[in-house]
Amino acid sequence: MTAADPNEPGRAAQATVLSLAGITKSFGALRANDGIDLNVGRGEILALLGENGAGKTTLMNILFGHYVADEGTVSVAGPDGRLQPLEPGSPQAALDAGIGMVHQHFTLAENLSAFDNIVLGTEPVFSLRRRAAGPRRQLEELMQQSGLGVDLDRRVDSLSVGEKQRVEILKALYRRARILVLDEPTAVLTPPEADSLFETLKRLAADGLSVIFISHKLHEVLAVSDRIAVLRGGRKAGEMPTAGADRRSIAELMVGRDVPAPARAARMLGEPVLELDSVSVHGSDRSRTLLGVSLTVHAGEIVGIAGVSGNGQAALAGLAAGLMTPAEGSMRLAGHAVANHAPAAFARAGVARIPEDRHHDGVVGSMTIAENLIVERLEDPAIQRAGFLDFAGIRRNAEQAIEAYDVRCPGPQAQARLLSGGNIQKLILARVLDRDPKLVLANQPTRGLDLGAQADVHRRLLEAAEGGAGVLLISEDLDELTAVSDRLVVIHNGELTEAGPAEGADRTRIGLMMAGHDETERPAA
Amino acid sequence: MIRFEPRENISRLNSAGMRVAAGLLALVLAAIPIAAAGAPVFEAYGLMLKGAFGSVFAFSEMLTRATPLIFTGLAAAIAFRARLWNIGLEGQLYAGALAAVAVGTGAVSGPPGLMVPLVLIAGAMAGALVMLGPTLLKVRFGADEVVTTLLLNFVVILFVQMMLEGTFKDPMGMGWPQSEPIVDEAAFPKLVERMRLHAGLLMALAAALILHVVIARTTFGFRIRAAGENDAAARYAGIPVTATLIKVGLISGALAGIAGVSEVAGLKGYLTADLSPGFGYAGIVVAMLAGLSPLGSVVSAIFIATIFVGADSMSRALGVSSYLADLIVAMALLCVLIASFLARYRIRRIVRHPTEPAPGASVGNS
Repeated sequence: MTAADPNEPGRAAQATVLSLAGITKSFGALRANDGIDLNVGRGEILALLGENGAGKTTLMNILFGHYVADEGTVSVAGPDGRLQPLEPGSPQAALDAGIGMVHQHFTLAENLSAFDNIVLGTEPVFSLRRRAAGPRRQLEELMQQSGLGVDLDRRVDSLSVGEKQRVEILKALYRRARILVLDEPTAVLTPPEADSLFETLKRLAADGLSVIFISHKLHEVLAVSDRIAVLRGGRKAGEMPTAGADRRSIAELMVGRDVPAPARAARMLGEPVLELDSVSVHGSDRSRTLLGVSLTVHAGEIVGIAGVSGNGQAALAGLAAGLMTPAEGSMRLAGHAVANHAPAAFARAGVARIPEDRHHDGVVGSMTIAENLIVERLEDPAIQRAGFLDFAGIRRNAEQAIEAYDVRCPGPQAQARLLSGGNIQKLILARVLDRDPKLVLANQPTRGLDLGAQADVHRRLLEAAEGGAGVLLISEDLDELTAVSDRLVVIHNGELTEAGPAEGADRTRIGLMMAGHDETERPAA
Repeated sequence: MIRFEPRENISRLNSAGMRVAAGLLALVLAAIPIAAAGAPVFEAYGLMLKGAFGSVFAFSEMLTRATPLIFTGLAAAIAFRARLWNIGLEGQLYAGALAAVAVGTGAVSGPPGLMVPLVLIAGAMAGALVMLGPTLLKVRFGADEVVTTLLLNFVVILFVQMMLEGTFKDPMGMGWPQSEPIVDEAAFPKLVERMRLHAGLLMALAAALILHVVIARTTFGFRIRAAGENDAAARYAGIPVTATLIKVGLISGALAGIAGVSEVAGLKGYLTADLSPGFGYAGIVVAMLAGLSPLGSVVSAIFIATIFVGADSMSRALGVSSYLADLIVAMALLCVLIASFLARYRIRRIVRHPTEPAPGASVGNS
């Protein structure tokens, strides 16, 4: 074991509270973790940086007792400050040792109040009377200390995403977490909300809480952490103090090679391919509602829709995918008024549709790659004759697509569910972009993908635009939007606001617009 | 502790072999109650096999019993492929039988070349019509078709009983609640002299073959599979999921209806309220044993018919209850369900000890 004795006084006089030593974990042939050493000091914010598949989640699952490591030990400081080995494979032991986890997808009961969610599971099971006063006092104290303000009596489903996250953190703190693990905590937050989370984390760390902050976003990691550990391919690729760390060298450590920014070529704007004129959609909830929006996407143009999730993106994407029908207003595709709001008609009209949830809406997991590639074009004479599938044609089509889009797979007959997220996205890109689309709808096209796969998606979108397609790019990642799009439009509460050219856009101003603070004029509703 | 890991690939051969093994395992397990009933196990199984394959007559009886099971098995297989849980096969079977009696007992007359297709079409339409309601309720309002189809069974069967006591009652039936006999022109031809085996078997085999081709090789079958496996993705890709489900419901109901026609026009010659000893429910078992494969449904229908016909002769010779047949069939279904789970997942034993590392991960927790 190469790690220094963790019980020795560590750097900067921080006592080590958590020590992972030589953690190795294999799934079949895959080494998800390979001899990882990691120490966290008291009051330290450690950023765990790495692409998807680098082993971050596996490592945290071992820490939390969901997995048992093949080799290596996890030690946590006990009450006396001495490191003691943690019982492997027991989430209860991890909880008892003061490890708290905030998952990317919240684990809250939506129909209970914030208070109930926090105390859930900490109360005695066999007690007829509820003693709520004590816990409430304790929680209010905790909120005061940490600066995490939440209305305890509100039902969780009425809270904003940022508030729900605060409930999750409070839940961990209430259970006396001394080590808090946050898995991609900013994925759902607006930039101002993320900044406020960072402030909170820093304050909590100053009070002695140790934080492990999992992310693949460099600028966040630089903003909040004290130390950065980079994982790549299951190994620790590097570790450094944040102060003085260089953005570019960290990115290289993460990816293992230089990541070029997508190259933009000058493009000529053509005719409008998508025109929305005062379109309203009355959906079942806020994310499915649009209020009199107008938007034009021209051929050769990439329009980025910036916004926090749940502000009407689902309605906008549903309109462009042919899944939703406008209640008011008119919609034109490539100059023609839309007669038939149906997915099949939109696919035929040349709309390439990349769904937000690629596993749920993008592929039929139990069908083969070859079958998933033809699912939008069953009328095509190249793949069927008189209703009978032409298996040779289907196979040929699949082999070409796999080759052209570099889908890593055992072969055309492999089930789509066996592919990684990045390769599923490549499959979808191959399916929709290979037919010279007029309009491309890309809804969160890189969510959950690693940097390499992200770059690939961006390149494909830029190529489509160069080929004369208009691209509607809906994303919550401002970096992605500014890197790829020509023009930004902010979506908030079902309304669209022009935000000007993407190049050189002011992040703060756009962040404020995403949060609903709009200093530009807005027509009276 | 034991954990289950999903397997990457399941070959079709493996899956078929697993099903056969599960069927044999059910027979081994059923030896316990047979022995408990005081019968010699090997002799019992020998008699069972003889009862189904021992003579031309036994064989033809077994195939006669398999015929309606193939039809209802196919009806379940195609519906379940589209995740349309048609539990109403029994009612659709009776509706088909009633329609066959309505047009085939003299209300219309013509040559056999006309009458046989006519009773088939009438029965198919009646079965399809019974299934249309639940399908529409499902696609329109999201009503659970398990409930609606199941309950419709009782409605249809009671309606059939009412008709047999009234409108359709045979005046020459000496007061028994049975229909008038099917006219000779509408009756299915027999396949073997002096045996009960009839042309319904050939129709069932043809239906299995056609359904196999439709599901595996046509765009319509592609749509059924896509809509059944992931309706959200199918809808997103522009597959008309609702229309596909309605068509599947109609086909499923029609096949169950034809099962009823085949029993009336091929075997019994008239309709009684005890026409079917649960062929509709057994069809679900047939389809599940076959992994929803149309050709496999033929094999599993023969397996189940063998057990039922064989158990009859076993019970006659040894005096054990013929209910053992139901037991064996139920056990076969359980064995196949467990086996198909094991085919999809690998079992790993986890040894929990700090110094002894253990492999394995839990399902859905990666």
